[in-house]
Amino acid sequence: MTLASVLFYFFATIAVAGGVLMVTRKNPVHAVLFLVLNFAGVAGVYLVLNAQFIAVVQIIVYAGAIMVLFLFVIMLLKLGGEESVFARQPFVKTLSIVIAALIGAQLTYVFFFAAPDKGTMVDMETGVYPGTVKAIAETLYTKYLLPFEAVGFTLVAATVGALVIGKKKLED
Amino acid sequence: MEFTLTDLTHLLPIVIVAASVLVAMTIDMFTKEADKTLGWFTALSLFAAAYVSLFFVDKTGVHLSGVVASGGATNILHFVFTFGAGVVALISMEYAKKTEMRVGEYYVLVLSSVLGMMLIAAAKDLAVIFVGLEQMSISFYALAGIRRKRDKSVEASLKYFLLGAFATGFVVYGMALIYGSSGTMALDTIRYAFPDLVSQPLFVLGLALFVIGFAFKIAAVPFHMWAPDVYQGSPTPVAGLMSTVGKAAAFAALLLIFRPVFDGAENALFPFLAIVATLSMLYGAIVAIAQDDLKRMLAYSSVAHAGYMLIGFASGEATGAAGVIYYLVAYAFMNLGAFGIIAMIESAEETNLKVQDYAGLGTRAPALAALLSLFMFALSGIPPLAGFFGKYYVFIAAVEGGATWLALVGVASSAISVYFYLRVVVVMYFGKSENRMEYSVSNVSLLGVTISAMLVILLGVLPGSIIKLIESFVR
Repeated sequence: MTLASVLFYFFATIAVAGGVLMVTRKNPVHAVLFLVLNFAGVAGVYLVLNAQFIAVVQIIVYAGAIMVLFLFVIMLLKLGGEESVFARQPFVKTLSIVIAALIGAQLTYVFFFAAPDKGTMVDMETGVYPGTVKAIAETLYTKYLLPFEAVGFTLVAATVGALVIGKKKLED
Repeated sequence: MEFTLTDLTHLLPIVIVAASVLVAMTIDMFTKEADKTLGWFTALSLFAAAYVSLFFVDKTGVHLSGVVASGGATNILHFVFTFGAGVVALISMEYAKKTEMRVGEYYVLVLSSVLGMMLIAAAKDLAVIFVGLEQMSISFYALAGIRRKRDKSVEASLKYFLLGAFATGFVVYGMALIYGSSGTMALDTIRYAFPDLVSQPLFVLGLALFVIGFAFKIAAVPFHMWAPDVYQGSPTPVAGLMSTVGKAAAFAALLLIFRPVFDGAENALFPFLAIVATLSMLYGAIVAIAQDDLKRMLAYSSVAHAGYMLIGFASGEATGAAGVIYYLVAYAFMNLGAFGIIAMIESAEETNLKVQDYAGLGTRAPALAALLSLFMFALSGIPPLAGFFGKYYVFIAAVEGGATWLALVGVASSAISVYFYLRVVVVMYFGKSENRMEYSVSNVSLLGVTISAMLVILLGVLPGSIIKLIESFVR
């Protein structure tokens, strides 16, 4: 077993354990914390695959920003009584199990039947690792320059929209 | 990547709209009474973009390392988006004054939604479709709730946002599967590999999720639940914008990804599309009969119209694609006209929206009544107006594609829909009016509605030459 595969199994175990613990927790705050653990594990897997940029983004954006925001919302809304929400709505529970099973089946299909040999992350012809900061920056600022700039406009629209709906007092 | 001045000139319509978004924000910042200024600025810059897009219609090409296209069908769609939104800006000015809406953000968001639509229509890459779709949708979510003091407006916004985000999830997952099975995000590469790819279950699944996501956006049954509430709750010009050019943009995305189908490859999704089209046509037409609120009625009618347009896809013929584009143009302007008149008649408190309220309009405001009758006749598909030829072309495509039964369902649904469209006309001219409602007619709104009326007649009188023009680009 190479070091890479040892690391892979290490991070993968963390990710899977975090995921399982997250969905089985009754307390939403605990669930969120285990989701952060799951994200950290997935970020480790990205690192093993030489996708440094995605690994860092995973930590900073998902584990850092979004989940902290989530925690704040849960704590501010005091969702203590939320513990039994899923118990009271069997429909939601069934639906989530069905969706999870479908996505699981689809991923299993991809891994074992559709593309069992596409697992490599390095472009053999050029020797470029597509997950590095350099490779991503190059693609983003050359081929995908237009969508990249357009995302700026999307964020402007989102900001304006959030302001117009969310601002407490509008001087009109 | 090479970026030259030619790229810039060919993408001028997009550049104009993108620049107007920024300029409109600046105008709002520095002008105290921005109502009129911003309204005219938005309308004029959109009409300018529409003019420019027609100017470049025969110069097809791809730009910026092949992620966007210009010319041909792209520019025809750009014309529809910009011109339609320009008409919306015209009918918004009076409405915004009447309802004391926030104008600064309103026009910025209208412009930015148009920018999103233009990106979708120009896309040569899945990433551009996605960014454009989000740009358009986010602007729409905010526009639906822009009268934030009214509960209905906020409810419409929230409902649209939640379901829209859900639909976006479908689209992204579909794109991920398409990318995973084809190994590329470039639409042209996917197009060439299409015959091989359809044999892959993952690719078909991706396509299906993609179509489901966009079926939400075009409000086709069974993904239409949001449409009536959102159209009813949104400010009337916004409902007009969403139901016409917004729908056209979603259809543009479907057209882009399904282009290969029109080259005669086997259409794996035909049963799915045919069922959705059938359900949409029948459901939309039948439920619309029971509606008293005009905006709700037009929402259900837009569900039915989405069904007619889907026939053009299901048939898989190149004439179907051209028919869909023609239908989009026709539908955009007849619906915009109808929404324009509703916006004029409607009061600031959102009354005067029932069909009964229109009783006696034929004698009191003959011009408005005549125009609304024209749009209703066009929507129901009575020749020689635009709506008739739109339906004619998609039905013909269905027959040529060997799906005659689909065309028959369409004809039956059209026959049903005549009832509720003509009810409005009958009430206007023969109904007894009990309350003498107030309405405000401004010259600017009337201008917008008249432009729509002229286009509806023009498209109906010269359908042959226009469809030929579209067909020459769709191939």
